[in-house]
Amino acid sequence: MSAAQPEVPPLLEVNNIEVVYSDVILVLRGLSLKVPKGEIVALLGANGAGKSTTLKAISGLLKTEDGEVTRGDVTFAGERINGIDPHLIVRRGIFQVMEGRRIVSDMTALENLRLGAFTRRDREVGDDIERVYGYFPRLKERTGLAGYLSGGEQQMLAIGRALMARPKLILMDEPSMGLSPLLVQEVFGIIRKINQDLGVTILLVEQNARMALSVASYGYVMEQGKVVLDGTAAELADNEDVKEFYLGGHGAERKSFRNLKSFKRRKRWL
Amino acid sequence: MDFTLFFPLLLNGLIVGALYGVVAMSFVLIYKASQVVNFAQGEFLLVGAWVCWWLLTTYPIPFWAGFLVTMCFMTLFGIILQVVVLRPLIGEPVISVIMATVGMSIFFQALMKWMFGVFAKPFPPIFATERVQVLGLQVQPVYLLSLVVSLFIMLGFWWFFTYSKHGLAMRATAFDQQVAQSLGVSVPRVFAMSWAISAVVSSVAGVVVGVVNGVSSALSFYGIKVFPAVILGGLDSIIGAVLGGLIVGVLENLAQWVDSEFLNWGNMTQIAPFYALVLILLIKPYGLFGTKNIERV
Ligand SMILES: Nc1ncnc2c1ncn2[C@@H]1O[C@H](COP(=O)(O)OP(=O)(O)OP(=O)(O)O)[C@@H](O)[C@H]1O
Ligand SMILES: [Mg+2]
Repeated sequence: MSAAQPEVPPLLEVNNIEVVYSDVILVLRGLSLKVPKGEIVALLGANGAGKSTTLKAISGLLKTEDGEVTRGDVTFAGERINGIDPHLIVRRGIFQVMEGRRIVSDMTALENLRLGAFTRRDREVGDDIERVYGYFPRLKERTGLAGYLSGGEQQMLAIGRALMARPKLILMDEPSMGLSPLLVQEVFGIIRKINQDLGVTILLVEQNARMALSVASYGYVMEQGKVVLDGTAAELADNEDVKEFYLGGHGAERKSFRNLKSFKRRKRWL
Repeated sequence: MDFTLFFPLLLNGLIVGALYGVVAMSFVLIYKASQVVNFAQGEFLLVGAWVCWWLLTTYPIPFWAGFLVTMCFMTLFGIILQVVVLRPLIGEPVISVIMATVGMSIFFQALMKWMFGVFAKPFPPIFATERVQVLGLQVQPVYLLSLVVSLFIMLGFWWFFTYSKHGLAMRATAFDQQVAQSLGVSVPRVFAMSWAISAVVSSVAGVVVGVVNGVSSALSFYGIKVFPAVILGGLDSIIGAVLGGLIVGVLENLAQWVDSEFLNWGNMTQIAPFYALVLILLIKPYGLFGTKNIERV
């Protein structure tokens, strides 16, 4: 396994971690990955492979679900961070945009954005709100409760809220979920732009492998709690297995879908 | 029909109702932030009023100084209760948590009786006692002050939850603890903060009532009045708590008027709010402003 630029230490390094939920459910079985500073790295995999669990292991949110990293290390900016409370990990510069957007629906969009800046003490929060409005102009027009925003607007708000924390690393969990193809294009355009403009490093979890590989520089494919394949985005996009299972070749979509279903069922009964 | 009593009673209802509203708000604050039904809310008034009374009668300090020291004490008091009593109970069944707050209520009532006796004690005179004219009614200045204090606290709550980042963090925690944590909010800190604010705000009401009526264990009743107010307004709505408090205060006093004018049953005051409660819950089972627990998909 080799990162894109092996000479500088990566911003994030996950080394051979094992994650257990409720003391008995083993979900990650020795997973490793590296995210170099300033890049977008994609993490692909079927339903139930453990992608969200990987992100939660990094952000510490695992704790809130009775999960635990039982082996291995998560190293961020040279320091070991596993076991640290999630709110302190946010202060270190890692911000997770959770699956399903998870905006606070009984607050306005603006309040959600201000909430994103909770850990900050500086006086530039107002400027950053304007900058987020620059990326997502339509958020500025929405003054009602965020719960009434459309799915796409909620995803934009979730990303905007993450930017408000000025993180070094954003963990993004399925930003394309439930969005129309056009909106997926738009959201990924903005993800790329944020990465280029602000230099934010992004670890991107996606089911939409085509989209993810189009913005990422490097990618990992995981299955049953382990990385089974990794390479540059171009290499992965050319890989026959990836093509068949994740990029939806001829009839492959249905085949993989059936696979995933039985896979999920098996895991449930474990 | 005799209306000479009607308007004074209405005004009285509003003044007392505003205080109920303040206590109900601080009750809802704890409930929303940490899902704890606090049966010891009335004891916050009691402890706060006694501490302030003790400071003012023991040391030659001006009222504002005693009041400030009381607020600081209550902040610590709220935090310590949360950390020592409630934090270990996180994740325990609701009934255990309720029993713990009931236990706190009994404990502090007994402690206050033991320390300060069972008789009501007046505050040293603080404000002018000449009545003033308001809209043709004779009112004691302390009552007006009480109303002003209540409104001030309500305004403070509104500001806190709309503009301060800790207020937003508290709302986020009430909405979804995992989301709050993902934004960098420390949930235990929010819990402690909600108890501190609740204790301080309730004790302000306690001191106000103490200044008006003297300090006695009767202050604990405010903790019981909170229930009709809060259930009327909806357990999870701060605005609902304020309105519920006002409604209960006004109802009590109007019931007294109706009773003295027409029924002569005696003591309608205490039960009228509960009748109203039953009626409103028949029509709106989640209270006037409460939210149904909508299943989120
Ligand atoms: N809190 C939990 N307690 C127990 N098991 C869990 C928990 N969360 C997830 N799991 C299990 O861990 C496995 C991986 O879940 P995870 O959510 O990480 O998958 P995923 O790759 O993100 O899937 P998806 O694409 O559906 O979001 C699944 O089998 C799931 O059932
Ligand atoms: Mg997932």
